[in-house]
Amino acid sequence: MNALFHVLMLFMLIGAAVAIETKNMLSSVIAAGAVGFGVSLMFLFLGAPDIAITQVIVEVLSLIILIRATTFADNRAIERKMDSFSTVTGLIFIGFLVMAAVWAFQDLTPFGEPLMRVSRRYLSGTAVETGAVNAVSGIILDYRAYDTLGEAIVLFTSILSAFVILRRRGKKDIEAEDTEEFGILEQEQL
Amino acid sequence: MGGTSSLYIMNMALMGMGIYALIAKRHIIKKIIGVVIMEYAINLFLILLGYKTDGIAPIQDSSINAAQLAVRAVDPLPQALVLTSIVIGLGTLALMAAQAIKLYEKYKTFDMSEINRLRG
Repeated sequence: MNALFHVLMLFMLIGAAVAIETKNMLSSVIAAGAVGFGVSLMFLFLGAPDIAITQVIVEVLSLIILIRATTFADNRAIERKMDSFSTVTGLIFIGFLVMAAVWAFQDLTPFGEPLMRVSRRYLSGTAVETGAVNAVSGIILDYRAYDTLGEAIVLFTSILSAFVILRRRGKKDIEAEDTEEFGILEQEQL
Repeated sequence: MGGTSSLYIMNMALMGMGIYALIAKRHIIKKIIGVVIMEYAINLFLILLGYKTDGIAPIQDSSINAAQLAVRAVDPLPQALVLTSIVIGLGTLALMAAQAIKLYEKYKTFDMSEINRLRG
């Protein structure tokens, strides 16, 4: 099982590298989708089937959105010259991040032995207290329903603003063309 | 002690690649892909933290009772939080793509440095 996780993780790392470095935007988007499906398989083998299903659906939708955003434009390569300053800055930053992460990982419990103080209570009580067989549904829809409500508001707001941004024409343009001139008038117009 | 698993390190490398794309790339869609990869890495990290060796999914069917489930199942709490986080990721991705499309309509390019130059 552990070897399978490592293989999937390597696949995702390679997919991410291809997605970031390839020149053609369509292949880049599809490589990012491969990373997403790798994450979904990982969820499945980590004992989270609900999340695996959600991840597959979300992955398909986000691929559609990204392909819509890339294909209508010209896909010529933008990275003509190497922007060395931001590359070096980024690599230094990532180096610091990984070092800090390795330092912080010392305090975690080992992989495979989670600290389940609250979750044990949820697992033993879900079927009796909420009537749900699936502990995940019991948590998102009953124990932590207010969290879910807040997150639904965030989702609603972001989709609403995407629609507002993508609207073709303003209301004013549809009703009447605004022909009034602004600024200082010319002498003959006075 | 010694909680550092090689899976955690690889996961952090995946997130580092996302940050690299966000900082160093000039194509807007590449930056969006960087954000998406970071999202994947963080979600996966939370699920990895809740994994129990040879654990089963936290679903109570007829073959198991509640006390056995509490011993054998993986942690359901990060799963519940990540489930909503994934869907929100889709919403933010749609917002970012909409803004990128509008920027392309205005400036006729996806290049970030060109967009900085053509102000107004």
